[in-house]
Amino acid sequence: MKRKRSLVIFYEAILILVTIVMALPLFLAITISLQKPEVVFSYPPKFFPTSFYWKNYVEAFKYVPLARLLLNSLIVATLITLGKLATGTLAGFAFSHFNFKGKRVMFAALFATLFLPAETVMILPLFLIMKSFGWVNTYWALTVPFMASATNTFLMRQHFLTIPKELQDAALIDGASYLQFFWKILIPLSRHMLAGASIINFVYAWNMYLWPLIVTMEDKMKTVQVGVKMLMQSESANNWGVIMAGTVVALAPTVIMFLALQNLFVRSLVRSGMKG
Amino acid sequence: MKKLLPYLLLLPTFLIISLFIYWPAAYSLRLSFYRITPLGNRMVFVGIKNFQRLFQNPEYINSIRVTVIYVSSSLIATIFLAFFIALLLNMSLPGNKVFRALIFTPYAISPAIAGVLWSFLLNPVVGHVNYILSKLFGLQIEWLTTKPYALIAVIVATVWKTLPFDIIFYLAGLQDIPQELLEASMVEGANSWIRTWKIVFPLLSPITFYLIIMNLVSFMFSSFAIIDVTTKGGPGNSTTTMIYRLYLDAFAFQKTGPAAAQSVILFIIMAVVTIFYFKFGERRVHYQ
Repeated sequence: MKRKRSLVIFYEAILILVTIVMALPLFLAITISLQKPEVVFSYPPKFFPTSFYWKNYVEAFKYVPLARLLLNSLIVATLITLGKLATGTLAGFAFSHFNFKGKRVMFAALFATLFLPAETVMILPLFLIMKSFGWVNTYWALTVPFMASATNTFLMRQHFLTIPKELQDAALIDGASYLQFFWKILIPLSRHMLAGASIINFVYAWNMYLWPLIVTMEDKMKTVQVGVKMLMQSESANNWGVIMAGTVVALAPTVIMFLALQNLFVRSLVRSGMKG
Repeated sequence: MKKLLPYLLLLPTFLIISLFIYWPAAYSLRLSFYRITPLGNRMVFVGIKNFQRLFQNPEYINSIRVTVIYVSSSLIATIFLAFFIALLLNMSLPGNKVFRALIFTPYAISPAIAGVLWSFLLNPVVGHVNYILSKLFGLQIEWLTTKPYALIAVIVATVWKTLPFDIIFYLAGLQDIPQELLEASMVEGANSWIRTWKIVFPLLSPITFYLIIMNLVSFMFSSFAIIDVTTKGGPGNSTTTMIYRLYLDAFAFQKTGPAAAQSVILFIIMAVVTIFYFKFGERRVHYQ
């Protein structure tokens, strides 16, 4: 299939323009994070880095306890991811391999929560409940409420349904228990699915904002997402080099992970959406 | 054992959603019928008064209006731009892989960070957007502090942040359409544009449906972060969406009853979306 040359050039030009617009904010954030303060305010603004002024990064870690916030984000995102995978695979196994009384009702009850992200719709009651639990300002509040989700359960169920039923029969005849079958056969066969779901869940949890903002009072319990806002409000306000350094630190883990695992990421995302 | 096992497997999931979704939902409903004294020590039953007051409150009405404008503009812009960019990316032009990687990157960036990035770009002193606009059109705009630009700024940041997600889905859908059909409808002739919208776009309608629902949910809630970082709902409530209003009333002004009523309203909206999705979403799987 040959295309007209001029048309190809035209499309290519638009695509380059789109790419620049989409990538520019991140590119400029990195550029600015490496500029001396006086360069940041120079006019016309710089589009390319003119120096490697690492001090902005040092300053960012001084203005807010960035190292601690990064650690918190890592802990929170990891725990939520593990929790979601654990509950999701177990519940998905129940829905895919068993017939039991109340299955339909329980499935519908779970489905009803699909679009009720607790971290936003129910922040107020959830916050009051956390207070009564004494969980405010703890990792419990930051993680436990999000350790189960309809999306993950459905995703796992759909995936388990694609695995031949004969495998289960064979395993049971060989004397394995259901749990052995689950752990030794089903889970290993689902590695790719689990890997994809992990990174999607991790990015989601790493990027949470509203809930960590309200449920943490002390700086040492906050996450890095809240940290970038703290940077904008701290004494560094208007010191965009420092703010951008903190921002780059906060976005680096998920962006690097995304770039490194893009194919896996994209495939899992589409799969989870299409088979929802 | 076999009879009990499925219930045991479901226990963790249902324990968590009962404690942290069902219970808060019920609690919210209960609170919405009460007025709570500022110190939180006394609850007075007021029936549906909290709801009535809300709908007489110009600030709340305004937040509904802002939400409608914000969600619908972001939605329309995102869907059409995403479809258009996905078409370009699907044409296997030179450099395609690099373009894809760069265009997808904002997917992994959080709404809060998107807010910081755009606060910088739109900053009237150091930002690059005004520099480009003043060079090209002689414009100098105080994006985040004047109406109606603040809302436009928030929409731009939202669209930028959401585009990659939608492009990924459209691209996946395009790859399922026979290549000859695509080429024929896109490449030759002056009518290719019209044919694309009349043939390819309708073929992808199940994806569009899915994306509309997903974007709607995300614009309703997760955009809180973008707004909080860039405009804080200002100037003059012009970017205060329903979720931002809820946050202000619940945590800044301690109006627990009215805030709970707002939670219930959002809850009802999401219930409607869920039912809608359940009823009409089944068909979307047909080409998988």
